[in-house]
Amino acid sequence: MNLTVNGVPHGVDGRELATLLDVLREDIGVTGPKAGCHQGGCGACTVLVDGEPRRSCLLPAAYAVGTQITTVEGLGSPEDLAPIQQAFVHYYAAQCGFCTSGMMLAAQAYIDRGGADDPEAIQHALAGHVCRCTGYSKIIDAVAAAARGDSFDLTTTAVGKHTTMANGGAA
Amino acid sequence: MAAASVATDAATEVLRPGSEDEAIAAFGDGAEVVVVGGGTIVIPDLTYRRRRARKALLLGSAGLAGIETQGSRVTIGAMTPVQELVGMPAPLGPCAANVADLEIRSQGTVGGNLCAREGYEAPRGDLQSAFLALGAVARSAASGDVTEEPLEDFLPKRRERLLLSVSFDEPSAGAFAGLDRPHTHDYTALAVSGAKGTDGTLRLAATGTGSWGVRLSSAEAVAGDPAAAGEAALQDVSPHDDALASAWYRTKVLPVLVRRVLDELKESA
Repeated sequence: MNLTVNGVPHGVDGRELATLLDVLREDIGVTGPKAGCHQGGCGACTVLVDGEPRRSCLLPAAYAVGTQITTVEGLGSPEDLAPIQQAFVHYYAAQCGFCTSGMMLAAQAYIDRGGADDPEAIQHALAGHVCRCTGYSKIIDAVAAAARGDSFDLTTTAVGKHTTMANGGAA
Repeated sequence: MAAASVATDAATEVLRPGSEDEAIAAFGDGAEVVVVGGGTIVIPDLTYRRRRARKALLLGSAGLAGIETQGSRVTIGAMTPVQELVGMPAPLGPCAANVADLEIRSQGTVGGNLCAREGYEAPRGDLQSAFLALGAVARSAASGDVTEEPLEDFLPKRRERLLLSVSFDEPSAGAFAGLDRPHTHDYTALAVSGAKGTDGTLRLAATGTGSWGVRLSSAEAVAGDPAAAGEAALQDVSPHDDALASAWYRTKVLPVLVRRVLDELKESA
């Protein structure tokens, strides 16, 4: 079984019925998708399969053969963050960070579908994603800004606070 | 947290049919076969060891997805994602929109929803009432025998046969009323669907009043009086307590939902 993750092919044997989440994390070593509830209820494991958001904890790995799988590692790099990642930094939309990769991938799919900066539509698109820090307002603000195509100053947040980026990324 | 992974024994045989015929052959008599549609219900059961798979039948490549319309007859393949029903007229469209969230609906299938086991703490099979109200016919297979029968006859034996498709005639009017869900991932605690055929036949059905969806025949018999029909519907169900609602609450709400559906059908007539 061959899986293409972030453009890189990987051979995996005997894991057709294993979840894509397990194969990504344990066989391939891609740990951006988080193992939250293992039953589709939290959204933390969301990845893009041919551009569509899918719960990797619910998807038999065999169903992803022949597709392009994108995880948060494939959105951008630390040196060159994708716009949705920049928006999350600027709006301080990640707190503990556990839901963040799933949120960003679902948001990326929403934007790629032509989604607008309409808070209600964004809520609908992200309805299956749970943030236990309850930082929903900032997440919706960030997605709206990315949907508008805003540019982001990564050294300060939207409310004027310095981000860790102001110190070269060091905490 | 302990790592969770799908309970795959070395002996688990993974079957991946490439056509309907291959799927029917692979299913056989269904003994020891776990059918995997979209995976949204079955995979967590395997992950949490609630079920074990001696044989896992993955239908993703079996060619069972798609919606065909011939005249007024609509046929929906068992592997069609639930999301593809969302834009359809009532009762099917609004009923499908009331299932989980966009991502789960895009992965979960019509067949998986209709054939879901009873939930552990909540009813499943949200789409059953809509298809029952439409008078849907189920096409299914077991031991190589392919048969068509009314969905209400198929549902009690849905785990013994492989559902291939469901078909129905487009209704002249349809309506759906369900309890709001506190979160997108809750199953529907109680919902009622209604449809009027082009020949004037009216069908009502409910989800959430038992192990699977049921026709509300007593309510249909007095459908001209929505208030009486609402009360009559209680003769057709055996409400139960579960994590989503008590039997008492369901008993109080069912007549209301039946009335709403009949009122909506009257308005759209």
